[in-house]
Amino acid sequence: MPEARVAPMRLRAGSVASAGLACGPLWVLGSEIPLALADAPRSRMALERALQQARAELAALQSASIDPEASALLEFQIAMLEDESLLETAWQAIADGQTATTAWQRAIDVQLAEYVHAEDLYFQARSADLRDMRDRVLRCLAGRSAVGIPPGSVVLTRDLAPSVFLETDWREGGIALFEGSSRSHVAMLARSRNVPMLIGLVSAPERQDGYALLDAERGELVLDPDAADLADFGARRARSLSARRAGVAPTAAAPVHTRSGEHVKLLLNVADGRELEQIDVAHFDGVGLVRTELLLRTAAQLEDEQQQFEAYAAMVRWASGKPVTIRTLDAGADKPIPGYTIEEGNPFLGTRGVRLSLAAPGPLLVQLCAAARAAALGPVRVMVPMVTVPSELEAVRQLLDRAIEALLARSLAHARPALGMMVEVPLAALSIEDFNADFFSIGSNDLVQYLAAASRESGALAALQDPLHPAVLRLIRHVVKSATVRGIDVSLCGDMAADPRCVPALLDTGLRALSMAPAARAAVGGAVAAFSGALLSNPTD
Amino acid sequence: MMADDPSVDARAAGSVVLSHTGGLHARPAIKLTKLARRFDCDIAIGVAAVGPWKDAKSIAQVLSMKVPVDTTLHLSASGPQARLALEAIIRLVESDFQGIETSEQSDA
Repeated sequence: MPEARVAPMRLRAGSVASAGLACGPLWVLGSEIPLALADAPRSRMALERALQQARAELAALQSASIDPEASALLEFQIAMLEDESLLETAWQAIADGQTATTAWQRAIDVQLAEYVHAEDLYFQARSADLRDMRDRVLRCLAGRSAVGIPPGSVVLTRDLAPSVFLETDWREGGIALFEGSSRSHVAMLARSRNVPMLIGLVSAPERQDGYALLDAERGELVLDPDAADLADFGARRARSLSARRAGVAPTAAAPVHTRSGEHVKLLLNVADGRELEQIDVAHFDGVGLVRTELLLRTAAQLEDEQQQFEAYAAMVRWASGKPVTIRTLDAGADKPIPGYTIEEGNPFLGTRGVRLSLAAPGPLLVQLCAAARAAALGPVRVMVPMVTVPSELEAVRQLLDRAIEALLARSLAHARPALGMMVEVPLAALSIEDFNADFFSIGSNDLVQYLAAASRESGALAALQDPLHPAVLRLIRHVVKSATVRGIDVSLCGDMAADPRCVPALLDTGLRALSMAPAARAAVGGAVAAFSGALLSNPTD
Repeated sequence: MMADDPSVDARAAGSVVLSHTGGLHARPAIKLTKLARRFDCDIAIGVAAVGPWKDAKSIAQVLSMKVPVDTTLHLSASGPQARLALEAIIRLVESDFQGIETSEQSDA
């Protein structure tokens, strides 16, 4: 049977968070459609996909389970999610104009009412299973599950969690979000892995399948493209690929110098280390940031010293004698680890980074042991995130002492890594001379959002987060000057370091080390080489 | 015991005493609904001969009856395989949901 011709559908995006051209089968990720774009067919489609994903998750858990109790519990949840008479309540609520989320909650509430007040404790306890099941589907509706996303998809969803990004095999695929922010973690990851990404889509499609072209040059998602679309896209894609190859491959190896001849260190930001296979160490002066919270995403991984050691050791070997800067767990806020981080009302100002590490120091001790073991293979620097006052850094130093003692007692090869800190809390930046650190790394993303009191997860507040605001540059200059006078190494590892427009201003503050995603290396190297010294228009200081 | 003439397949009714320890818990209920779904007929289940009736193919409905042990389950089916379905379900309940009671004890 020949397929009916479908006219191409074009969805405009608010902006481009990661440039490039992607194509692949469309995958609507569970995802509740934003209220403004929702109607009954789209809401039903969202809930159907979320249920499908939740069942796939449960089936995967069940096949991995060896405990008959757990297996029976999972079987019960799968059976409930397949029960048409239960789902009928939800379909009816959607037909009555409710969103997928509300409709699903309503359907489960009807069920819960049967159990919460049951006299028999067995039946009463089933309400916990129902809540668990409800929450799994809600998570899928929120797009927080990567299970079942086919490799190379163009993923359309409301917003994407970093863990979902990392668990997805992107290939030629891309990301289109109804919400999202170009400063979110996912946007940073997308740029560093060259995954094209659109944010702020202004309409929703009527279907959840078909082929999609994601044009993150013009800011458009094209569903069911016609022959003309495909030809135009193919030609532009070929041009862009050859331009990228020309831009990346022949760049000069490190070190890079300004036009006036000063050496500027270009360091690499690493997520989980897999990306290093594609990168030639000759282009970098070392690793300026390992985001270990992206490597350690479950509570179990936090306790696994050997796995961490092997991951760090691979990075140290890759770096071939250049330093590798391992940031201790920066979990919390937008990077939760189930079973470890604390859910709180204002997480960016809450128990995250070193605050969380010191509140429950077990995982940090494991991490310090793994880092010290990797330091036996080459230079390793340990960097502490979210330090506010000197006593936090000193507490980590004592834990490092304990880690070293433990390794001595276990007769394992190790060396003491340098101990430095992120400068991202304004209070720490303003009192930088009080800190006894081996090195400083300015975390400009958090520093800017804390200075402006404007969340970087919020696309609507993007205009307030100007990294080139004179107040931001003045504070960076203060940190750089103080560190340089004391002979302490200082670098910067936020998005600013990867933005060629920010590079001249950063070099003007005296900064001579920038850490960035691999994809930014060519453009930043160019901006450094073009820098001739004083900026003509610079009002700071 | 079958109340209907076994030669007429269009309708069938019957009852069986649930002797399963703990009552009609999730695992026996899943077994029952899965079995019920194999037959081409509608099957109603209830704890009284006059209803109210629940859909024996729906785990949500069957479990929500919260049936305790020693209850008489009433079944009523209509459709081409009504009699076959009733016989199979009654056999399942009479056999105490064979093979599932070993791990069932721990969650009672």
